[in-house]
Amino acid sequence: MGTEAEKESSAPAKGKVYLKEDLCKGCSFCVVFCPTDVLAMGGRLNYKGYHLPDIVAPEKCNGCDMCGLYCPDFAIFGVRTKRKKGE
Amino acid sequence: MKADSSAVLTGMHFIDGNEACGEGAIAAGCRFVAGYPITPSTEVVEQIARRFPKIGGMFIQMEDEIASSICFQGAVWAGLKAMTVTSGPGISLMMEHVGLAAITECPSVFVNVQRGGPSTGLPTLPAQQDVMQARWGSHGDYEVIALAPSSPQECFDHVITCFNLAEKYRCPVFFMMDETVGHMLGKVKIPPADEIEVVERVYTKRPPGEYLPYKIYDGDQPEMVRVGMGHRIHSTGLTHDERGYPDMNAEAQDKMVRRLCSKITDHVDEISIAESDQVEGSDVTIVSYGITARVVAYAVDLLREQGLKVGRVRLVTLWPFNEKLIKDVAQNTKAIIVAEMNLGQMVYEVERVVAGKVPVHLIGHAGGAMIELQTIMDKIKEVAS
Amino acid sequence: MSDTPVNPVDGLLRMERMPHIWCGGCGIGTSVNCFARAVDKAGIDHEHLHVVSGIGCTGRVAGYVNVDSFHTTHGRAIPFATGLSLSRPDSKVVVYSGDGDLTAIGGNHFIHAARRNIDMTVICVNNFTYGMTGGQVTPTTPYSAKASTTPYGNYEHTFNLPNLADSCGAQFVARWTVYHVRQLTRSMTKALKIKGFSFIEVIAPCPTLYQRRNKLGDGVMALQYYKDQSTIQNGADTADVGLSFQSDLIVGEFVERENLTFMEGYEKRMKEILGDGFVPYKGAK
Repeated sequence: MGTEAEKESSAPAKGKVYLKEDLCKGCSFCVVFCPTDVLAMGGRLNYKGYHLPDIVAPEKCNGCDMCGLYCPDFAIFGVRTKRKKGE
Repeated sequence: MKADSSAVLTGMHFIDGNEACGEGAIAAGCRFVAGYPITPSTEVVEQIARRFPKIGGMFIQMEDEIASSICFQGAVWAGLKAMTVTSGPGISLMMEHVGLAAITECPSVFVNVQRGGPSTGLPTLPAQQDVMQARWGSHGDYEVIALAPSSPQECFDHVITCFNLAEKYRCPVFFMMDETVGHMLGKVKIPPADEIEVVERVYTKRPPGEYLPYKIYDGDQPEMVRVGMGHRIHSTGLTHDERGYPDMNAEAQDKMVRRLCSKITDHVDEISIAESDQVEGSDVTIVSYGITARVVAYAVDLLREQGLKVGRVRLVTLWPFNEKLIKDVAQNTKAIIVAEMNLGQMVYEVERVVAGKVPVHLIGHAGGAMIELQTIMDKIKEVAS
Repeated sequence: MSDTPVNPVDGLLRMERMPHIWCGGCGIGTSVNCFARAVDKAGIDHEHLHVVSGIGCTGRVAGYVNVDSFHTTHGRAIPFATGLSLSRPDSKVVVYSGDGDLTAIGGNHFIHAARRNIDMTVICVNNFTYGMTGGQVTPTTPYSAKASTTPYGNYEHTFNLPNLADSCGAQFVARWTVYHVRQLTRSMTKALKIKGFSFIEVIAPCPTLYQRRNKLGDGVMALQYYKDQSTIQNGADTADVGLSFQSDLIVGEFVERENLTFMEGYEKRMKEILGDGFVPYKGAK
């Protein structure tokens, strides 16, 4: 089990998550509906005092943008990282 | 700008006021009408329903007056000249959208072929009991324009004036007809299209990004826009800023509402249409409007023949009320009579403005019939003596 | 941060007006994400997309989309959209409003626009309450559900919105929840391409009022409920898709039919009768 996790974690992430902290209202849709558990509710607060999601496993992100589809505040979204040819 | 000749039925006609109103709207360039049947107005939209398919217009009979009164505003924002037609009960249902037209500054024409009220009242009989409703009917502070025709000819001429004023002042404009003038057959001369003055809507020339839909660049009106010009406008019934975005606080309200009102009240002279004769040195002057002005004119002529010094004023523009005109009348006559087919509405405006300078009398009527000639003559004689 | 990527939804939004007013965990924003993607997938350029909303939480959608948009009066988005749509045949008019606005005060206009088959897409975010005004009961609030105006629980029968739209003649009827973001996007894309009256019910949580007052937890728990108790039945008979309090949900695309739109019917009839004398309505030049 371990090796697979290692292999996975060493491969470059296929996507990246971007968060506009000011727009987040801490509803945690993104955390719950991220298919690869990239996110987790953290202790950080934004300027309005909402709890922000933390990107705890960025390497697992495949850029599917489910977080972006679910986010009711247009605060977070995922993007596939552009592959250089042959990578 | 001249009327579109392809749709103007130039020539002499013997038609009623309702039909003349329909033809006038067409001549004014109206090509979208949303309406709902209601006596005594329906002939207007029936005329429109016959004519529009032949001249590229669209009439839609909506499910109720509330729908009609906002449906045509959708067409205005699409780029059309449009109107709705109804009677008192319909106007009551349309009031929220009179307010929407006021706050969004949407050029909109509401034709009210008045009938006896209140409520279902006298559907087939005339009255002038909706005058204050036209002015104050919707909630909030706002101004409207209202005109009252006295003949089938004026039903043609002045519905055009309504459209022109709506375009110029971007506000709700009421055309205060009544059952009698609407159903009265009369001679209607429709001039050649190139003799009909039509105010064309002018859209902003400012490119997207540099244009604010509710900013005053020059003059008193924001520059008009319509959908599909790339400006990504937002129009809301909420109190809004120059961008059209909601801005709900007393400061934004003060700025917006005062402008919505002054953009009309600053131009009373240009908007006001009235006739007056022999007021100077008269013993009494009688003020009237709409259909009542016809009987008044006849009574005045007869009394003048008997040597009485009677002044006469006919208001075509009811709102905004022309205070200067009436103040001036009060300087030149010994008494004023207001004749109207209600229990007293415009008389209050006259009293307010005359402020006791001369006595103000009312010849009122509860609605349902024209005021009798004799009643008018007796009152004039009584006041003049 | 030179070329940080842009959220695909931003192109459709007036970002200068964010953050918006909707509560944390409210589902309206999620439906707007789906809508933004559907607009692109349907290939509708933003110059020819006009969004009309009524009053209420969902009514604020018009104010946030960066297209020609109109925030009209309560319940009257549809008749406004009728005038706009008929006069802009080359545009796509979308009415985006809530269950109270569209089916209570706006009910009469809803059924007639569907009957007439006016060309518009109606997106109804159904959160079973009037959120903006503090959580009053609406025609879709389930029986026994508490609302500020039914403090002892709702006692009225409720609308089955897909059935209502279907029975009035809507060309396309679908229902999804904001959990079904992919399917909702797909149905919205389809609806946007359909000529005539299309209707999509989007079941979404109102955490602040409906969920809280009925002790149903937050937005996530609502989406959890949608996930656990929804069954997708495309083509289901709309008569069978009624809802009750926290009941199973049938979602999917239920109705697809082709009738003449209002304009097609108008032009066909007029040509038959007036022949060359007929001058079609081109709307605004």
